[in-house]
Amino acid sequence: MARSKRPRRLHLALHVALLPLAIIALLGYVGSVLWSIRISFSSSRLFPRTDWVGFTQYERLFETERWIVSLNHLGILALVYILGVLVLGTLMAVFIDQQVRAESWFRTIFLYPYAMSFVVTGLIWQWLFNPGLGLQSAFRQMGWTSFTLDWTVRPDMVLYAIGLAMIWQGSGTTMAILLAALRGVDEEQWKAARLDGVPKPRYYLSIVLPQLSPAYATAFVLLAVALVRTFDVVFVMTSGGPGDASEVPAKFIIDHLFGRNNIGLASAASVVMLSTVFAVLAPLLYWRSRVQARLAAGH
Amino acid sequence: MKLQLQPVVAAVLATVAVLAAPQAYAQKAEVIHWWTSGGEAAAIKEFASAYTKGGGTWIDTPIAGGGGAQARTVMANRTMGGDPPTAAQYNYGRQYEEIIKEGLLNNLDDVAAKGNWDKLLPEKIKNAVKVDGHYYAVPVNLHNENWVWYNKAVLEKAGAKEPTTLDEMFAAMDKIKAAGGGVVPLALGGQGWQEGITFRGVLLATGGLDLYNKTFKDKDTSGPGFRKAVETFKKLKGYVDPGSPGRDWNLATGMVIEGKAGFQMMGDWAKGEFINANKVAGKDFGCFMAGGPKMPYAIGGDVFVFPKSKNKDSEVAQKKLAEMMISPAMQVAFNNKKGSIPIRTDVDTSKMDVCAQAGVQAIKEGRLLSSDNELLSPDAKGAFEDVVSKFWNSDMSVDDALKSMTVALKR
Repeated sequence: MARSKRPRRLHLALHVALLPLAIIALLGYVGSVLWSIRISFSSSRLFPRTDWVGFTQYERLFETERWIVSLNHLGILALVYILGVLVLGTLMAVFIDQQVRAESWFRTIFLYPYAMSFVVTGLIWQWLFNPGLGLQSAFRQMGWTSFTLDWTVRPDMVLYAIGLAMIWQGSGTTMAILLAALRGVDEEQWKAARLDGVPKPRYYLSIVLPQLSPAYATAFVLLAVALVRTFDVVFVMTSGGPGDASEVPAKFIIDHLFGRNNIGLASAASVVMLSTVFAVLAPLLYWRSRVQARLAAGH
Repeated sequence: MKLQLQPVVAAVLATVAVLAAPQAYAQKAEVIHWWTSGGEAAAIKEFASAYTKGGGTWIDTPIAGGGGAQARTVMANRTMGGDPPTAAQYNYGRQYEEIIKEGLLNNLDDVAAKGNWDKLLPEKIKNAVKVDGHYYAVPVNLHNENWVWYNKAVLEKAGAKEPTTLDEMFAAMDKIKAAGGGVVPLALGGQGWQEGITFRGVLLATGGLDLYNKTFKDKDTSGPGFRKAVETFKKLKGYVDPGSPGRDWNLATGMVIEGKAGFQMMGDWAKGEFINANKVAGKDFGCFMAGGPKMPYAIGGDVFVFPKSKNKDSEVAQKKLAEMMISPAMQVAFNNKKGSIPIRTDVDTSKMDVCAQAGVQAIKEGRLLSSDNELLSPDAKGAFEDVVSKFWNSDMSVDDALKSMTVALKR
């Protein structure tokens, strides 16, 4: 690919235009991250302090049971949410790809939950699961007296209730990503497969979906980021309860930043979260870039 | 169309002149608080209307969230950010310790001198609002968090005797449970701070003032008394309905008011809800202190602090607010709606209901004790309540709970 022969003035103009964005990104984003890291090494309580206490905050963090519990919960939610959304999103995308009659209706219905914020999602599912007000009491009043759906008040099931609400909310966008990628798959492949007598499910599973790995990678990254940020749905649905049965790291951080007057501890927790995200995403992005490079070199 | 220049210029100048004229608000006072339930809102309206009648402008900034963590957060952020409110609500204790240290509050020494606060306030309350010899907060009420409220009709229907101690309460709750009919013996809102209040009530009932101080002042949880309190606390779980997790405190009070539940262990701000629903103490509902009639009153309650601001007008407004809030007339009017008792003992107590009069008696007899809010940092208090909540909601063993509670107290 030859270098474009753009005039130098235009080059300069482009860079200057991007400067404000770069400054904001550097100062606001990178700057706050660096500041948080700095605070995590201090003894700050309600207000920031400029002392250095080494790794004390991190030690205290991992001695706090509530933090360890929240990390465990994040792991469980990662499995439930990411797997759930990928599977459900795939099914919905494949369904729409069948060129059904009311395709745009279905697309809209599947995407609707995403239009609702996590707060509204949390509220809806909180009401649905409430033993006194929700589905359980409705079915019981209709006559089905042994129906139980009280996941949000049971410490062992509450995490799955939250996972369900998150899957409901998030499947739409994954479906949209996968559908866009599906539409890029060559129609001729299906004709060739039909000639060979390959049944449709097998066709999708073995031939089409593997071609969508860039789309899956994108979806996975988006889901992972949304997962780590999970706060509002938990806060609204259960406030981390009962007890700490649905505590998540983001909520732990917010609680300590504000209610507990302990920004040192909260910053340490944030740095741990950041490192975790890096540890998961960096290899993935590196792998993707290697694949791209290989593909580009192969041409 | 040719544009006439002169009228345009005149219009522009006029607009600028209007905008530049100083806005003459009569003493603007923006007040941040977290009193959003029915009874609480009625109470603070008393302050608002008194201030407005006195010629000021009251700007109400309620921030929902029982316990007030969100409101205190907004207050801290805004004060740091340079846009402080005129006044902000806090509870007695160490919550405002750090903002005083950072020098962000105006002191009220001249208002205090004028109102003779040194003589007026009971000793324990004075110590809570006077830091390093300066007054930094105006106390507005005295709440006791360890009351037990009950619906008289529910108890009568179940054939239960009205209790005056926690042991008698267990007997009454057994009767209610046996009577059935969907009535919940104990209405609890399953939030950390409410479970904490319940626990501290049981602690006072089990070992009184000594056990309370041993736990929160000396941070010593060894000994059979504390263990017994923890076990008794878990016993209460059998009387609470499964829909309790996450419930707000005023909804639990509503259950007792409507007869859907028998008891609630809650501070006397719950009384404000009863009063707002036109229920009469001694007729529709009864009350007793969890630790028994001679129980010490754990100092809880609300104060208002006044952040420093660049605006000189705000200082005048702040002094006016402080004077108004502590005046005898306002103390009675506010506290009657709120359910708490006035911090002045020189007011007319004849109009107060039986529950409030028991409280005033406690102050007169000097039965006040420093609450856990004063003895523990917000971090330690929060960590302790985390353990209490986890113990309540899971099948954590008593030994594990004791271990974790000890660690939490030492933070």
